[in-house]
Amino acid sequence: MIARFIALAALVSVSSGIAGPPHRAPPLPAGTISGKVTYTGTLPKLRPIDMAKEPNCVTQHPTPVMTQDAVTGPANSVRYVVVYISAGDQGAPAATDTVHYDQKGCLYIPHVAAMQVHQPLAIFNDDPHSHNIHPLARVNPEWNKSQPKGAPPIRTSWDQPEFIAVKCNVHPWMHGYFVVLVTPHFTVTDSTGEFSLTGLPAGKYTVTAWHERFGTQSQEVTIGGSETKTANFVLTARPY
Amino acid sequence: MKPQTRWMSLVSACGAALLLAGVTPAPAVAQEAHVGTLTGHAAAGKPLYTRYCAGCHGDDGDAQGENAMWIDPKPRDFTMATFKCRSTPSGSLPTDQDLYNSVERGFVTTNMPPWVALTPQNRINLVAYIKTFSPRWRTAKPGTPITIPAEPTATIQSILHGRQLYQRMECWKCHGPAGHGDGPSAHELTDNKDDPIRPYNFETGSRFMCGTANQDLYRIFMTGLDGSPMPSFADQLSPAEAWDLVHFLRTLQPLKTRESAIWHEWAATHAGELKPIGPEGGGQ
Repeated sequence: MIARFIALAALVSVSSGIAGPPHRAPPLPAGTISGKVTYTGTLPKLRPIDMAKEPNCVTQHPTPVMTQDAVTGPANSVRYVVVYISAGDQGAPAATDTVHYDQKGCLYIPHVAAMQVHQPLAIFNDDPHSHNIHPLARVNPEWNKSQPKGAPPIRTSWDQPEFIAVKCNVHPWMHGYFVVLVTPHFTVTDSTGEFSLTGLPAGKYTVTAWHERFGTQSQEVTIGGSETKTANFVLTARPY
Repeated sequence: MKPQTRWMSLVSACGAALLLAGVTPAPAVAQEAHVGTLTGHAAAGKPLYTRYCAGCHGDDGDAQGENAMWIDPKPRDFTMATFKCRSTPSGSLPTDQDLYNSVERGFVTTNMPPWVALTPQNRINLVAYIKTFSPRWRTAKPGTPITIPAEPTATIQSILHGRQLYQRMECWKCHGPAGHGDGPSAHELTDNKDDPIRPYNFETGSRFMCGTANQDLYRIFMTGLDGSPMPSFADQLSPAEAWDLVHFLRTLQPLKTRESAIWHEWAATHAGELKPIGPEGGGQ
């Protein structure tokens, strides 16, 4: 009877983990590091993507889609920056919620997907034609699989931390990233450039911001208890 | 020797001397390779590699040999442990037999010749040495070779179904509607080092990259050619479908194969029933 109760409790906790964002009880008190990522310098010129060879995708985009390697927002904010704890983290088992990576309109959505080592990853093809998914892994095994229209999602995970470029050879403009991290404390900025890393126990941390074109920056932040510290990043943009 | 070249060799010689003096080299990893009754030893493979392979693949196995810049497609970079011709699923290491076959067979579409002039023992020694260039060989095992069921007899039905799959799997986007390697994506293909690469042109009638037999063709598209744009279709095709596709692909070659005989006999009277392969096509 007790065993059955434990099994039920475990089942409930697992299913609640699947439903929401990474869900684990942080030790109290827990602090937060928040901030904003902006750029200085000259931005590379974004170009419209020519999808002419895939008519399905041309019709999905009433206005041309611009390249996504340097997407910025108001007040010089930078999108698609991965902000994460690169040192000082006590470590945690891999999150069990599945990271979704979609192929739609001949684009990767999201352009940058961050995940933990061993965290489940599901890759979907929502387009009415074929894609091939080719993660150009160097530390993890590199693979390349076809996913025709209507095919079930490719379910996988990564064993080693790595920044993995992903491409579709059939549609060479399709380019994205799987950012595989050890820490459970990470986020990818939206167009506001703002971020917040929560649930951090007291300690000294290195916070790192990574952007595919503007490089990497780190700073050290000490969390004393239930407090919020600010860490802003100013990345240097170059036109080429 | 130009002055600049001389200067550069001096610098590299100094660098090498510093390395020898100050840094302890990593201990050589005992590495073996096994095929049948043959056992290869990396230590025995090293001098052979230096003599026969390093010119293209580089002393360090990093594809930076002195000939590499003149070669297209580029030589394999053994430090990445990514190999095209495998019997194992995409993303896994090849078996020793796979590597041995590659050394023996060469790659018809590249500068890699068949090393049949070397003895079997020398070939397996080379395989053992090639496996010292990446740490993956110490941390991972080769994948389990895919199972290839017995080939069913080719019929016009299997060929026509294979033709539909060629349309539906969108093979034509790279290999072209007639298999001439001229699909809409063909000219923009790059490999895992961003070097340009061409899709196979069935019209050449040559051997395939990884063999000559129908089984080799089956294996190529079910395992994918890792590092190249050619993906694995193992999750998308049943074994029966894969054989149908093999039978159709054989008709794209200007060879007198059993499949092309069946195909041409049928097409002589039914060609008008075929929908073209391509953007508007339906396969049949």
